[in-house]
Amino acid sequence: MNAIDVHGLVKRFGDKTVVNDVTMQVARGEIVGFLGPNGSGKTTTIRIMCGLLTPDEGDGTVLGFNLRTEGLKIKREVGYMTQRFSFYEDLTIAENLAFVARLYDLKPVGAHVDRTLEELGLASRRNQLAGTLSGGWKQRLALAACIMHQPKLLLLDEPTAGVDPKARRDFWDEIHRLAADGLTVLVSTHYMDEAERCHRISYISYGTMLATGSVADVVRDAGLVTYLVDGPKLEKLAAELRERPGVEQVAPFGASLHVVGSDEEALKAALQDLDGREGVRVSRGETSLEDVFIQFMANSTDNMQ
Amino acid sequence: MNGFFSFSRLIALLIKEFIQMRRDRITFGMMLGVPLMQLVLFGYAINSDPKALPAALVSLSQDHYSRAMVSALENTDYYRFDHVVESAAEAEKLMASGKVVFVVTIPSDFARRVDRGQRPQILIEADATDPSVASGAISTLGTVASEALLRERGVPASEAKPADRLEVIVHRRYNPEGISQYNIVPGLLGVILQMTMVMMTSIALTRERERGTMENLLAMPASPLEIMLGKVLPYLVVGAVQVAVILGAAKLLFGVPFIGSLWLLLTAVLIFVLALVLLGYTISTVARTQMQALQLTFFFFLPSILLSGFMFPFRGMPDWAQWLGEIFPLTHFLRVIRAVMLKGADLPTVAFETGILVLFIIVYAGFALMRFRRTLD
Ligand SMILES: Nc1ncnc2c1ncn2[C@@H]1O[C@H](COP(=O)(O)OP(=O)(O)OP(=O)(O)O)[C@@H](O)[C@H]1O
Ligand SMILES: [Mg+2]
Repeated sequence: MNAIDVHGLVKRFGDKTVVNDVTMQVARGEIVGFLGPNGSGKTTTIRIMCGLLTPDEGDGTVLGFNLRTEGLKIKREVGYMTQRFSFYEDLTIAENLAFVARLYDLKPVGAHVDRTLEELGLASRRNQLAGTLSGGWKQRLALAACIMHQPKLLLLDEPTAGVDPKARRDFWDEIHRLAADGLTVLVSTHYMDEAERCHRISYISYGTMLATGSVADVVRDAGLVTYLVDGPKLEKLAAELRERPGVEQVAPFGASLHVVGSDEEALKAALQDLDGREGVRVSRGETSLEDVFIQFMANSTDNMQ
Repeated sequence: MNGFFSFSRLIALLIKEFIQMRRDRITFGMMLGVPLMQLVLFGYAINSDPKALPAALVSLSQDHYSRAMVSALENTDYYRFDHVVESAAEAEKLMASGKVVFVVTIPSDFARRVDRGQRPQILIEADATDPSVASGAISTLGTVASEALLRERGVPASEAKPADRLEVIVHRRYNPEGISQYNIVPGLLGVILQMTMVMMTSIALTRERERGTMENLLAMPASPLEIMLGKVLPYLVVGAVQVAVILGAAKLLFGVPFIGSLWLLLTAVLIFVLALVLLGYTISTVARTQMQALQLTFFFFLPSILLSGFMFPFRGMPDWAQWLGEIFPLTHFLRVIRAVMLKGADLPTVAFETGILVLFIIVYAGFALMRFRRTLD
């Protein structure tokens, strides 16, 4: 049985369709990355899955419980980390954790709180008000709080926004360790390197699910061709290339340009005369996930405006 | 674990709420300080014995008896004769416009009656819209004026015949019933409780929503009933403390009599407070922002204070206003508390009105649970 199995989800706010016919299956123990531009409906979809929003259409089960009728059962087994810090800023770290522990009926409360604080490395600051933590630490506290009751499914909404690289690495190690024990994770992110750490990714654009699969699948299915252009005065060259037919993206990466297009022949033709120029070198490159996403964004019309 | 209600989850919510309450020093201070301040302020304003009230003298005869009486009245410090007018119509205008609180009329035949040994009369009209203002002044008037007159005539008070005594005719204007101040202090208890309790709880949920903590709270397994009780019970405790403070102050500062059973009184007050916090909570399930919640609260305050019988005698209002007044818990509470505190009523006497307060609790709680949005839609 899949941990998440929803189909045809639709959510409208007024006359805006924010989630449009979203279908998603996530197997037990899988880590799925949820990607998409700002305002594409990631948070909304996640909220529907943990029962915080009722879908206008569509149905499904989360952990085997009906999305529409068994909200309370879902809530007990799901850990949801909100995009915006939503613990009590006027409670201390320890008090927030104790609140969560009691709500989930974890006993003994003190031991759970102490263990979590220890793992977080916040034991010495237990009596600090949560509101006075730095942004990154707030994220880490929120994450710790939502895995405290050992949920079967984690719904994480940009859990590592503003978190330093070391803590991010620790976070992903932890996620993989938990997944190995059977925890399912759906995590939204804007970081490509995090997407690559997921078993699978789903890309949503303005409410519509555009692609789903492993990173390699998604990159391959996009059917993009990428060339690397090295040489002097890349800035001018980039401007020139953007005008040419067949060139769909030009982006500087360090000392070279990524030139991306979906039609290999047209792209080749566009770059033909460059190779002869002084100091300019053109070579075939790997299409990155980011290239694919930029392509997705360029192709999808923003229906949010 | 039961989905609908779990004691440990309620405890979690209660502890959290109490900690937040304690941390919010200003609000916490207001919860205890404001009621006391209001009681003292209003209580004294109502209970005090105002002095040097502006008065008009309609003296149609400028004889020495009149002058003696006027100066004696001024010496009591209650009256300050700012206006000496010639006609009753002029005096009437002064009172209607609020420039004077009293009009003392000494008739033109005053001196003649004194000299002939007939019983002299004076007329005092008092603006009784605020009954407490006039009462002290009126009660001293009779004796003071009478003695001044006897002194002026050289008659010792012990030898005065009934006909020598001055007859004072008092007209209470605008509010002939003259609600007593004892009526007001118990009423004040109801009004102050209503003010603080409804206001505090009306922002209970909207605050969570505005701070973004609602999303987290709803994502965790707390049922609507638990959330409601978690919000409401802490304020019930605050209400109980307020009641103790106000009743203590009412006794110590104002000597308001407690004739009836204290237990009956406390039970009635607690039922009333529970109705109030549930009303506040209901408001917070309807309002989207704290601002809206406060506006709704005030929208409710004014009519409930005006129509409950706190400000004006309930039975003196037109029928439709009385009907409207019945929908406010304050109205019923005032009946109960006045009956118990001042008239020593027992449970059977106030059972009906108390029952109506319980009905409010059921209706508010039901409505709040129905209105509670488990989702963020
Ligand atoms: N309660 C609401 N009422 C009206 N519109 C809403 C509401 N919540 C979200 N929206 C709209 O729905 C769209 C999707 O929002 P959502 O928060 O799901 O995007 P997202 O993918 O999480 O974006 P981000 O990457 O910026 O977090 C946005 O256009 C947003 O304005
Ligand atoms: Mg979002």
